[in-house]
Amino acid sequence: MSQYYYHSIRFDTQKCQGRMKCMRACPTQAIRVRGGKAAIIEERCIDCGECINACPSGAIVPLTDPFGELTKFRHTVAIPSPALYAQFGREILPGKILAGLKKLGFDDAFDLAFACGEVSFAIQEYLREYKGPKPLISNVCPTIVRLIQVKYPDLIDLIIPIDTPREIAAKDIKHKKSKQYGLPEKEIGAFYITPCPVKMISIRQPAEKGKSYLDGALSITDVYGPLLSAMESVGKESFRKALESICILGIGWAMVGGICRTLRLKNSLAVSGLTEIIKVFDDIERGKLRDIDFVEAYSCAQGCVGGSLTVENIYSSYNKILKLIETLEFEKIKACPDIRQVRKLYAEKYFSLEGKIEPRPLTPLDKDLGKAIQKRKEKEEVYESLPKIDCGACGSPNCLTFAEDVVMGKAQLTDCLFKIPERIKQNEG
Amino acid sequence: MGDENELSQTFEILGGDFGRAGSVSTKVKEILKEIGIDPSVIRRAAIVTYEAEMNAVMYARKALFTLRLTPGQIHLKIEDEGPGIADIDLAMQEGFSTATDEMREMGFGAGMGLPNIKKNADRFLISSLVGKGTMLSVYFYLNQEGNG
Repeated sequence: MSQYYYHSIRFDTQKCQGRMKCMRACPTQAIRVRGGKAAIIEERCIDCGECINACPSGAIVPLTDPFGELTKFRHTVAIPSPALYAQFGREILPGKILAGLKKLGFDDAFDLAFACGEVSFAIQEYLREYKGPKPLISNVCPTIVRLIQVKYPDLIDLIIPIDTPREIAAKDIKHKKSKQYGLPEKEIGAFYITPCPVKMISIRQPAEKGKSYLDGALSITDVYGPLLSAMESVGKESFRKALESICILGIGWAMVGGICRTLRLKNSLAVSGLTEIIKVFDDIERGKLRDIDFVEAYSCAQGCVGGSLTVENIYSSYNKILKLIETLEFEKIKACPDIRQVRKLYAEKYFSLEGKIEPRPLTPLDKDLGKAIQKRKEKEEVYESLPKIDCGACGSPNCLTFAEDVVMGKAQLTDCLFKIPERIKQNEG
Repeated sequence: MGDENELSQTFEILGGDFGRAGSVSTKVKEILKEIGIDPSVIRRAAIVTYEAEMNAVMYARKALFTLRLTPGQIHLKIEDEGPGIADIDLAMQEGFSTATDEMREMGFGAGMGLPNIKKNADRFLISSLVGKGTMLSVYFYLNQEGNG
């Protein structure tokens, strides 16, 4: 149980004022404020990034890569999340954005929407053959995968074992570039342009396999400003040409519902925002959603366009993606993976997830079942003695978590404001 | 095994209370996860709890749901005050249901409840008195080697 987990955030204790906003925002109760400073409980964190948005002091720093990382490779490639297109919509088209990225210092830039389209087809193939329990759950959001590993380990077999478009694209690009330039694959750096910090973790510590095909991630917030200036000097290209290679099927992956739209299933759900997802996962655990084939779930509201490292208001960017899709449809852009080719690759297991996602349930109250039962009873007793107003002043997010912290010896009962009389008595005694 | 190694918790379920239906299964699941019960057992217990809870909400006036946990087993007991079941063998058949149209419209009453409970349990007991109520007793046996 002592395994170390990387996380995509760092707490700057200098800046932290102990205002507890992060602690209250955390959906897995992974943050405690002790001695006036926030700290993270490693095993509980699922890297959703809610705390980054909540912190009023800018003390929670997402750990994405700086541009300097590019110099470590002989050849570098940018692979932007379609959420990057959503920052600009119809005003600056994908062709220009990719050209702008090259001006920023990447040797090449690739559209990810095409791989998204391919993976849509691969998921379709998988669902057609699948006979096991339902619903299957999308693995595209690494926070969702981690949420299942930590809080819903019994649902782990429902995660769809098809690799994500960003991994498939990086694998494919590295393979081709290595042939083209006669370079070993490790000298080609594939960088994801990310809307959220969790992708960084899925690169450094993938949930299922030893190593990611991606080498790093730059945040949209870091890239945005330089990219805007870089695009100024990109020559005018024709409207059509800027769109020609963009796959309509894949571009929708930037927003919630984008995958379901492409799958044409009888019954599927598209869910975004952790509180909503938890409700849906609770229903899946109860066996209530057996008639649903597929659940597409994103930790961020509205999907990847809602990531904490994006610039545009999430509703605007959602709208911008919709408008971009409309334009592609209107212009009759037909860029689309060849389904026969995808089927062939699928049969060769090209899209299959390498390795297995293992559960990582939270450490139980005790290793011994008998003692764990006793501690659970103690927890209930402590909880019953608390005011149950979840004020958080003790430094735990709510009374129930505080009760657990007390039983586990991580907090003192007298840390509770309402136990001050006892505290005074203790000090006197 | 002494009393201190036994956890017992009782929940009340009100007939017709669809708004809160599912809350007992959420609570039971939480307890089992914290104690470190095997995920596959939790899944089965969650399904059984939910089905039993829904049966009580749909058909009974009220019910008492008791979770009793010892290092060797999980025992779920649901006693309801309700119409009872006239023919248990028939009720145990998949697809048999006395659900009203309204219940079916809400997605319930597919006649899978009791068979599903039995399927997921390690031991399943049922008794019923028409006009009085029904009692279900469901056991899950725990492999005591290792926890976590």
